[in-house]
Amino acid sequence: MPAPSRSEAAIQATGLVRRFGDFTAVDGVDLDIQPGEIYGFLGPNGAGKSTMVRVLCTLISPDGGSATVAGFDVATEPDQVRLRIGVALQDAALDEKQTGIELLRLQGRLYGLSKAEVASRLEDLEQLVDIGDALGRPIGTYSGGMKRRLDLAAALVHNPDVLFLDEPTTGLDPVSRLKVWEEVHSLNDQLGMTIFLTTQYLEEADELADRVGIIAAGKLVAEGTPEELKRSIGEDVIIARIEGDADAARAAVADLDGVSSTDLHGDELTIASATGAALISPVAVALSNQGVRVKELTLRTPTLDDVFLELTGNRIGVGDESEEDDQ
Amino acid sequence: MTAVTTTPAPTDRGPVIRARKAGFVTDTVSVAGRALRGIPREPETILPALFIPLFFFVVNVGALQDFSERGIADFDYKAFQLPVAIIFAVTGISRASTLVTDIQGGYFDRLLMTPVRRLSLLLGLMVADFALVCALCVPVLGLGFALGVRFETGVIGVVAFIGLAGLWGLVFTGFPYAIALKTGNPGAVASSFILFFPFAFLTTSTLPREALTGWLDTVAGYNPVTYLLEGLRALVTEGWAWGSLGKALLAVAIVGTLSMSMCFAALRGRLKRG
Repeated sequence: MPAPSRSEAAIQATGLVRRFGDFTAVDGVDLDIQPGEIYGFLGPNGAGKSTMVRVLCTLISPDGGSATVAGFDVATEPDQVRLRIGVALQDAALDEKQTGIELLRLQGRLYGLSKAEVASRLEDLEQLVDIGDALGRPIGTYSGGMKRRLDLAAALVHNPDVLFLDEPTTGLDPVSRLKVWEEVHSLNDQLGMTIFLTTQYLEEADELADRVGIIAAGKLVAEGTPEELKRSIGEDVIIARIEGDADAARAAVADLDGVSSTDLHGDELTIASATGAALISPVAVALSNQGVRVKELTLRTPTLDDVFLELTGNRIGVGDESEEDDQ
Repeated sequence: MTAVTTTPAPTDRGPVIRARKAGFVTDTVSVAGRALRGIPREPETILPALFIPLFFFVVNVGALQDFSERGIADFDYKAFQLPVAIIFAVTGISRASTLVTDIQGGYFDRLLMTPVRRLSLLLGLMVADFALVCALCVPVLGLGFALGVRFETGVIGVVAFIGLAGLWGLVFTGFPYAIALKTGNPGAVASSFILFFPFAFLTTSTLPREALTGWLDTVAGYNPVTYLLEGLRALVTEGWAWGSLGKALLAVAIVGTLSMSMCFAALRGRLKRG
């Protein structure tokens, strides 16, 4: 297979647009992801993450703009793209009537591997799948974690250059989630695989991604390393959960010395500052003087959720029933 | 978090194994292999297809043989009914419900993200369907032989009989596949069975064409199954009647053109919608 030739980037998108009727799921997204990078695509349900993945994986065509994966255009050279990508979609996409080994063998055959090559790859992936004799059982009998691991193995059977993981740990227990994280690190460290990871879990993006893109309502609203993004809203964050006139409370703290910015989200007042520890007391006094009752006052370093709040005015909600992207 | 070493680097094991296009035949055989493996795992979809033709064959022969043979000289009602039983066995048998399950469960997307040829995804299923409907002919033919039916065309005629019936079964699968791909809805696919009734009953399924009158005779004249049955019956009772066989093949070709056009249009539509 020839190496990518026309674009140095592993994934590149320029003004990418995808609509479903009147709804614009992906709205002019630009991406430039280098080979060997782990890129976290962070956003709440319905933000456009899965649609973006489906466009990049050639399942749907873009309505505007362009994108290349491994140097090939997703719209005009989909077959070349498919040879170079591995994909684990949001829900483990498996045939429950097949056994695990049948599914992996079929997957290998469809990627043009010979029987010997498939056997060799199954040996390579044995530790990853890590389900022992269950590989010979129908997939319908597997637990959720086993299905996820088999799904990941199916995505890797042909040694892809670029791996797409669409919310790979949604619904997994903490132990299984940690195992997936370890595997993602391992694939990237040992094989230099480029990994495009969508997630709604902040700690997942923080833990795994070299760079994070934040998507909201189909638009890429920020991009950078997790540290860069967090630094962009200040070094410390004071969170005040209050009861009373929230607007008055915000006005009362906004003018204090050392406050970089304030955000109000329900009963939660977020105050960004370079000197959070020194500002705690003045904030408490200012709120008290304003007649606002403080239920909780917390000082911490910024998280990606704070970044998201700063950029979109909303926190990332986790646990909605479904992703509305793929309508 | 400490990275763990769970995936061995391929460079430790010689040349890196890379993906390449498998080729049309390999793609089709791979998809067909999966479909064939799935058949014995879903006996609930096969047993009715086996029971219904045997049941109708026995009941029709038991109820109408004496009456029919009394009215028409040298008329072998068992031989007349055997092709009907075969049509009952092969019409509407498909893996369309499995295709819907694949679509709903996301496995169809997984297949679409491989370099497999899109046509092979459908043709592979149809190859498996053809094998299945041919296999379903065997017990029905066995019952016919047990009841004394003999083929004028001999063993080659039996093979041709199975092939023609299998071809009809194959072209008919285009309808449920079209519905499956268009709707992705298991209920809609199940309701496609309704198509079976006009094809199977508004024809010479119980009486010869010359005994039909009025609107039923008119409708039977437009029903391709009438000509298919004529061709199949010729193989049993007449010999190599090329005129009847030609008409049967033409009827299959016409229905096949319609059903496959619908089916592949539905596939193109689904691929476009994503």
